Amino acid sequence: MSKGSKGGDFVTRPRLKTSCSYCSSSVPDGRGHFGLYGGRYIAETLMPLLRDVERSYSQAMADATFAAEMRSLLCHYVGRPTPLSFASRLTAHLGGAKIYLKREDLNHTGAHKINNCIGQCLLARRMGRKRIIAETGAGQHGVATATACALFDMSCTIYMGSRDIKRQAPNVFRMKLLGAEVKPVEAGTGTLKDALNEALRDWLASVDSTYYLIGTAAGPHPYPVMVRNFQSVIGKETIEQVVSQEGRLPDTLIACIGGGSNAIGLFHPFLDGEGVRLIGVEAAGHGLESGRHAASLIGGHVGVLHGNRTYLLQDSDGQIATAHSLAAGLDYPGVGPEHAWLKESGRVSYVPITDEEALHAFQILTRLEGIIPALESSHAIAYTIKLAPTLSKDHVIVVNLSGRGDKDLTTVTAIMRGEDA
Amino acid sequence: MRKIEPFGAVRKPLVAGSSRLQEIFATLRAENKGGLVVYVMAADPDVETSLAILRGLPRMGVDVIELGVPFSDPLADGPIIQRASQRALKAGGSLVRTLELARLFRTENNTTPLILMGYYNPIYVYGPERFAKAAAAVGIDGCIIVDLPPEEADEVIEFLKPRGIDFIFLATPTTDCARLHFILEKSYSFLYYVSLTGTTGSPSATQQAITQAIRRLRQKTELPLAVGFGIRTPEQVAAGARVADAVVVGSAVVQRIADGLDTNGRQKPGLVKEVFSWIKELALAAHTVSRKRGCP
Repeated sequence: MSKGSKGGDFVTRPRLKTSCSYCSSSVPDGRGHFGLYGGRYIAETLMPLLRDVERSYSQAMADATFAAEMRSLLCHYVGRPTPLSFASRLTAHLGGAKIYLKREDLNHTGAHKINNCIGQCLLARRMGRKRIIAETGAGQHGVATATACALFDMSCTIYMGSRDIKRQAPNVFRMKLLGAEVKPVEAGTGTLKDALNEALRDWLASVDSTYYLIGTAAGPHPYPVMVRNFQSVIGKETIEQVVSQEGRLPDTLIACIGGGSNAIGLFHPFLDGEGVRLIGVEAAGHGLESGRHAASLIGGHVGVLHGNRTYLLQDSDGQIATAHSLAAGLDYPGVGPEHAWLKESGRVSYVPITDEEALHAFQILTRLEGIIPALESSHAIAYTIKLAPTLSKDHVIVVNLSGRGDKDLTTVTAIMRGEDA
Repeated sequence: MRKIEPFGAVRKPLVAGSSRLQEIFATLRAENKGGLVVYVMAADPDVETSLAILRGLPRMGVDVIELGVPFSDPLADGPIIQRASQRALKAGGSLVRTLELARLFRTENNTTPLILMGYYNPIYVYGPERFAKAAAAVGIDGCIIVDLPPEEADEVIEFLKPRGIDFIFLATPTTDCARLHFILEKSYSFLYYVSLTGTTGSPSATQQAITQAIRRLRQKTELPLAVGFGIRTPEQVAAGARVADAVVVGSAVVQRIADGLDTNGRQKPGLVKEVFSWIKELALAAHTVSRKRGCP
């Protein structure tokens, strides 16, 4: 086992490698397969371009100037490293484990999404592509993409489900202010999966000029790997911060999962950390038994959609089902293929949290810590609220607070007034 | 003339691919005629009408039928086929229903090649081996699975090939030389050239672009070539048939079916007849276009 480069500075040396053999050596394979999952299930027209993206990405990774520019932007533009805040009142309130929050809500644009957008925009620029397209659910990825495009002077088109446009109005306005064209998608259910379909259709037609900036750790290879690597800055910082504050690695990490990019970003550097328990929280909507949820890993079956094989919500004929979650960013009937693989290998446990539990957590965190979390992140908080009281006081939990809740105020206000969201 | 087998005859499985597909392309070449491939969505606008259309296509001069398998998320299709998919699903369409339609079609016709076209998920969920068995049993000749590129297709081909069902690969304007070579190595009865970058039903490629692309492909392969995507008029069919072995019309046919429905999705009188008379024109355009003798 190789030692962490900063291993000597640690109070107690964590049992962790800086490069992760668990994932980087054997999975994914050269064609992007995480075991059964992942791959490149996409129309022939896009295959040559995906190979270009893959080639350019590996060249960029081997280029020190790319890494330096990325580091500089993350530090001086995004505002990294984000703090790891000890949630003292939440910890006292729950009376169990010590709870830390990884504050991705404090990034520029208010969520972890920007980490990936900066990386992929740098890559698109390297590939000479001046037009960016993206899909968005909650609008956080759309805003982050529009932001990076403004910064890099690129043209930007965002596909967003018409239903999501209604429930995330402030983000739609932000995207437009930033100079992006927001294209409403009426097809299907008017949510994230339909926005993804439409973005892929755009890409088919604009393959010569356009870069598709996928926002989650899903899609055809190399996107799941690329997005994971750009997001794993979350986990890498967490290691340093928790060791400096607690003198050791945490016992448990908790993150919410829609497509799974904030979770894989936090988890990935810890996959080799024996003894670190990893928990992904899926959106159970109205409850798993109601059939109205977005918990693909817990309540779905293996299938192929949007370029990869993974767990999907679907019927017995392979038709994709409608997901449901109060949190638009989790309202997706699939999940990144690496999570499917981590479920199968047993390294990560996946648990459900309902809309109601998430709303309750939203209010608790706001009142106790003065932090308004995104409804997505509220799912991770909600599971923490269940779990922490059952653990001893020396148990350390890190929760990924993946985004801030300003965008959700309309939704939450409506519910608190007793209206239908 | 093509050999007509008695209705309902059981076809012997071939290891070398679909005999019906090989026969039709051989016949077209022997007669120096362009072929017409027509795409319709299974169970669109409903199961009964869909079967009536399917059964009539060979009589209208259609040489190969592409039968679309309805899917909730057809991400390589434009709005016309997306809507057809939605209509079909609403009418109870599914992979199983599609196979059943194929079976019923085969009770009356044992010569016209039938290709299933769709997305991988319904087939994956049904099980590739179980699917191959079922498809062979109902007389399917080929499969086009839009989101299953050659890199991933072996997991299905291993079951299709021994049963005489062709997995048909696509070449596109983005396919470079090395990739074309890779695709051709895996292809057998014919190669499908997607004439544009975009979804089905997109604005047509120029005739010049199609001609150049087909010429380029001819230099690399002797396989029959079908050209599709964006072809919607008898004139375009004729132009395509001048250079390619066959021309595929999909969205334009599906749109004719949609035009025959009222705002409530109910059929207006004469829908099938209208669709047929127009397809007849397309077939005539494909079959009668003057081709250089010995083409390709």
